[in-house]
This record gives sequence, C-alpha cells and structure tokens, in this order.
Amino acid sequence: MANPACCQNSATPFPWCKTRSPTHSVSTSTSIPAITNTGTARVAAIHTLAIAMAVGMVLVALSVGRFPISIGELFSLLGAKLYGGTTNAPENADLVLFSIRGPRIVAAFAVGAALAAAGAAYQNLFRNPLVSPDILGVSSGAALGAVLGIMMALPIVAIQGLAFIGGLAAVAAIYLIGNSLVSKHGGHDPVLTLVLAGVVIGSLLGSGIALTKYLADPYNQLPAITYWLLGSFASITKSDLAVALPIIIIATVPLAALRWRINLLALPDDEARALGQDTSRLRLTVIIAATLMTAASVAICGIVGWVGLVVPHAVRLLVGAEFSRLLPLAMLIGGTFMLLVDTVGRSIAQIEVPPGVLTAALGAPVFIWLMAATFRRAR
Amino acid sequence: MIFGKSRRQRRRFTVVSLVMALCWSAAGSAVSAQTFIDDAGRRVELPRKIERVYAAGPPASVLVMAIAPEKLIGWTRAMRPDEAPFLPPQLVKLPELGRLTGRGNTANVEVVLKAKPDIIIDIGSVNANFASLADRVTQETKIPYVLLDGRLDTLPLQIEKIARILGEGTRARPLLDYVNATFADLKTRIATIPIEQRPEAYYARGNNGLTTGLPGSINVEMLEFLGAKNVAGVGTGGVGIANLAQVGFEQVVLWNPNFIVTNDPAFYREVWTRAEWQTIRAVRNKRVFLSPNLPFGWFDYPPGANRLIGLKWLANLLYPETFKFDLAKEIENVYRLLYQQKPTREQIGKILGEPGVLPK
Repeated sequence: MANPACCQNSATPFPWCKTRSPTHSVSTSTSIPAITNTGTARVAAIHTLAIAMAVGMVLVALSVGRFPISIGELFSLLGAKLYGGTTNAPENADLVLFSIRGPRIVAAFAVGAALAAAGAAYQNLFRNPLVSPDILGVSSGAALGAVLGIMMALPIVAIQGLAFIGGLAAVAAIYLIGNSLVSKHGGHDPVLTLVLAGVVIGSLLGSGIALTKYLADPYNQLPAITYWLLGSFASITKSDLAVALPIIIIATVPLAALRWRINLLALPDDEARALGQDTSRLRLTVIIAATLMTAASVAICGIVGWVGLVVPHAVRLLVGAEFSRLLPLAMLIGGTFMLLVDTVGRSIAQIEVPPGVLTAALGAPVFIWLMAATFRRAR
Repeated sequence: MIFGKSRRQRRRFTVVSLVMALCWSAAGSAVSAQTFIDDAGRRVELPRKIERVYAAGPPASVLVMAIAPEKLIGWTRAMRPDEAPFLPPQLVKLPELGRLTGRGNTANVEVVLKAKPDIIIDIGSVNANFASLADRVTQETKIPYVLLDGRLDTLPLQIEKIARILGEGTRARPLLDYVNATFADLKTRIATIPIEQRPEAYYARGNNGLTTGLPGSINVEMLEFLGAKNVAGVGTGGVGIANLAQVGFEQVVLWNPNFIVTNDPAFYREVWTRAEWQTIRAVRNKRVFLSPNLPFGWFDYPPGANRLIGLKWLANLLYPETFKFDLAKEIENVYRLLYQQKPTREQIGKILGEPGVLPK
C-alpha cells in the first residue's frame, strides 16, 4: 500500500510523508490500484447490472417485511394506486405499503446513494481512500444537535432540524478554521490542514456528545440517544422525506455537473492551478454539496457508517477512480446496498436490527471478495 | 488415642463441642453485629446502629424515604423544582451524591465516604455483576453494602428486609399492610377477568414511540403484573436478553395493540396527529395513556415502590369495568405513605389533569 495520500505534498512537515515523489497521475492518487483502462463495454455491462440489481432490490424490499404482502397483492395495490379500483389485499396493507414501507425504501435508497456520493467526492478531494463523509465533522455535529434536542425533549421535527443545523455548523466551523490556518497563519497544505481541523473539532464534538450522554437520565434519555446514534430507518415518514429528499437531490446536482473537474482535486493544488483550475472554489463547492446531502441523511436516520467509506472503494475497484464514472455507479450501488441492509434489518426479527450492525456484517465479505477478484484480474 | 476411649464417647464429644461452638458463635454475633444474607446470597455484617443510609439508586431512595426518612443522607440526583413540592423540605434539601451502581454510575467513592453512611442499600437487578460491584465497594470503603431484588412482586419482601435492617418494623407496618392489601386485591380481581378480555398492550417509549419493553424486562413489569398481554411478547422468543428494543412501525401495525401506554409526552402529543398511527386500534379507540412522573414515575422509571400508585391508575385504565379506584384518594394515601407528606388538592389536580393521564 502507498502512503496515506493526504501526505503527498513533499512540502509537508510530517516525516512519514517524505518518501513520496510529488509527481503522479490521477489514477494512482488513491492508494487502491485503480484500473484506468477499464473497457467501455465492461463499464456499460456493470451499469446495466447495477440498475437491474437496484430495480430488483426495490421490488424485493416492497414485498418483504413483517407485514405480509404477497407479490400479487403488491401489484394489485400498485395498480389500484395508479389507476384506481379495488384490491383484494388485506386491511392496512395499503397503509403499510404507501405510508410506511414505501417512504422507508425511498429513504434507505436515497441515504445510501447520498452517503456513497459524498464519500466518493471526499475520497477524491482529500486524496485519501480512508476518508468517509463525516471527515469534516458533519456526523458529530449532527449527533450533538440531535442529542441536545433529545435532552430537551423536543418534538421529532425539531430534533431533525437541530441535527441538520448541527451538521452544517460543524463543517462550517471546521472549514473556516482550516482556511484561516492556511491564509493567516501560513499553513502549507490546505487539504491536510482541513483534515486536521476536522479531526480536532470532531473529537471536541465527540466529547460534547459523551458529556451529554453522561448527564442524560439513564432510563429515558440515554436509550433514546443510543438508538439515535445507532441509526435507524424505522421512523421515516413521508413528511421526513418531503424535506430531506429535495436537499439530497439538489446537492447531487453540483457533484454531477462538476464530475470531470472533481478529478483535478486529486492533484496537488499547484498542479491543478497550472491546469487553470481554481481549486479552493471547487473544493468549497464539493464540501457544501457533500455536507448538505450527508447532513440531510443523518438528520432523518441517524448515523449510518461504513456505506460512505466502503461503497466508493468497491466501485473504484470495479470501474476505476475516474470521478464521472465513479459517481453514478457509487450512488446506485450505495442505494441498493443500504436498501438491502434496511430490508434485512426490518424483516428478520420482530425487533429492528440497526443498519450500523448489518452494514459491516453484510458488506465486509462482499468487499473482501471484490478485492480478491480485482487483484486476481490485475495480476 | 487422646479423645475418649470408644467410638460412642468420641461421638458424644463431637456433639457437645458442636453445640458449644454454636452457642459461642451465637453469643459472639449478639455482641458484635448481626449478619444479614442479602438477595445476592452475600453475607453482610450489619453495624449495630444504623443512622445514616446511602441509597445507591432511586428505588432504594424511595423505600428508605418511606420507612425511615431521617436516615436517608442524600439523593442520587438532586430533586428538581417540579418534583420538590411533593416532599417535605428537609428531604428536598438533601445533597446529591450520585448513583453508585448500575447504568450511569455517577457517584464518586470519595463522596460516598465523606457522607459517612453506616450502610449502603441498593435495590434493583441481582446478578453476579452487581454482587461483585457491591463487594468491591465494601472492600474499598469498609461500608456494608446490601443488595436487594427490586422486582415489583417482591415489594413486600423489600419492605420487610429494609425494615429489619433499619430496625423499623413498626414504622414500616402501614406501608407493608397497604402493599399487601393492594397486591391481594389486584391479583384476586384480575384473576376473574377472562384472558380474551385483557387488553393487548404496547408500551411506547421514545419520541417516535418505536422503542418498547420486551417481556420480562423491568420496564414492562407493570403490564405483566396486571395481567395485560404485552404485544411485544407475542412470539418474540429468543430476544429476551435486552430490556428495550426498537421495532418498526410495520410490526406495530401487525400487532395492532388496543391499549398503548407511554412515558413520553412528545409521543403522546404526536400519536394523535401522525397519520400512520391513526390505524392502530388503541389510537382509534382513544386508549393511549401517558404515565405521570411526579415526583417519581408511575410506570417504569424508577423501577421502585413509586410504581405502587401506577398500579391502581393502570388497573383503572386496563379494566374500567372491574376497577374503579378513586385516584385522588389513592394518590393521597400512597404519597403520604411513601413521601411523608399529604399532597395538596392542587397537586393532585395537576397530576390527574395532564393530558393523557385519564381517559378522554
């Protein structure tokens, strides 16, 4: 494995980063051996497969759950919803499908896609494959906001609002601190400074969360806080989606529009600038987009780890590090995977299995298999 | 041979020495201290004079306050302004010492030592973990530590044991009589209610109402005690390790409970407006209830004698045909027995007037 890519700038004061030469290509800027010459036909095949899997997963998710709805009843309900008419489905099946399971499926897919997109963008921006969407404190900020909301016994909407604002505020604070360290105090590498500011402020927020948990009433508030921090799609409703989904979609737009240029962020600043790119502006745009989509996700379903870190990786193994290829596939696979995790989590037992528990349990074997397959092919 | 000549003589000698040994040890204990076997099977040497009691958690605080209020030396957390008016001022102003064991252990052993308790009493779960914690505290502080089983149906035993430890048998009598009478009355009358007439109840926790208490957990003891069916217990088999669990709303639809009790005011407000809850039988029939919590919770927190009044409240709500307790009168009785002060008419009105406490 190469050195952590955040240290590639030879001017960095950290001794463990000195060995790396400053010249390199985009495709090797992440430490996974990227496949640059992936054939277009193969990429198209992978896309087709991913879309088929996503559609299949949505159908499975619609028909699987604690409340039994058969495939026949599912289509009859969908037909009745679209074209009117009556169904033979049991009482409440309509409610379960369109008010509970439906919104939950949309939310799981959207959150998975958003986290994967944000993770892919950040891994590129920070030139580091170990970066996840919460590197700039969005999850810790959101968690602190939500935890304070729970402590104050606020209504759900207010807790979600506090989580969203907390996430944005944390990233804003980290960005401003990082920027001022570079511009006013002569920091060398803006990206590295940002990461370090993120680590420090993130741990500060973490201690705030720990203190709140410590002070919480152990019988009522502490379980509520713990469940929030574990993440869950259990209480998603249409009204949650009505707010979070537009934010996620709007935030995807700049990432999609800038997908070619985002590749340049993987270069050191001076090289990107030599190519005529204003990297700091581009970087800020990516950070805002990724923060918005992550904060909206975390606000409605709590903290769901792993997806934002590993899905972009897995997709990079499949189609390479080129961002315009990476982004759509990462979103598709991230959404499908999150949906799989949530469908299993809400179906296997009467009680919910938190997504955080299942993401790694289901994802780790797949990821290891994928690495093995990729290495074998590269040999 | 040194002792005696025959086998018979030898045996007689053994018997005599045994009897002597027994007499000696009995005399010895009468002189030094009394040994108490607590519910974890631990031998605790009780000091002869117990004037200062450290209650390690809220359930112990409630019972010590009920039996010998002047011996309680502090709270695990200070009384809050809305709770304070229900207790006499000299109890309210006791200092906050922190919780000693269990979840959210906030007490500092030095604080405990400084408070100079003669004994530490803890009521709650009894298992090897809590027993070893108790042993460790005694080793560190040399203060005897009694661990008592806190399950609701053992409440009479808890009262008897604390009365024995504190030497307050007569003062504990009225409370013990009240508890025994209440338990007997509830059990006999509930036994006559056919299974199919018992509500299928769901305990909704958290502001989304999707956290619930699993069967056997201390959180839903009240439902089980009152013979209601906890829907979360139907076919849950195998998940009884945890006390609380999250469930999906789909599962709630499937259970379709016809009785919901919650301790969360935010959930109680939202259950009437959130569209998906309107399909649940309990919501349609307006049988969702919010447990009062002053000065201590009525339903699950803290899991102590404070739930005594909750039993009568919940019995009224679960079986309106069978139980028609006059709650104002019952509050007066229970609060006087537990909290040493008769609540005012306004205080009772405030408790019963909260939305969700009485049927709509």
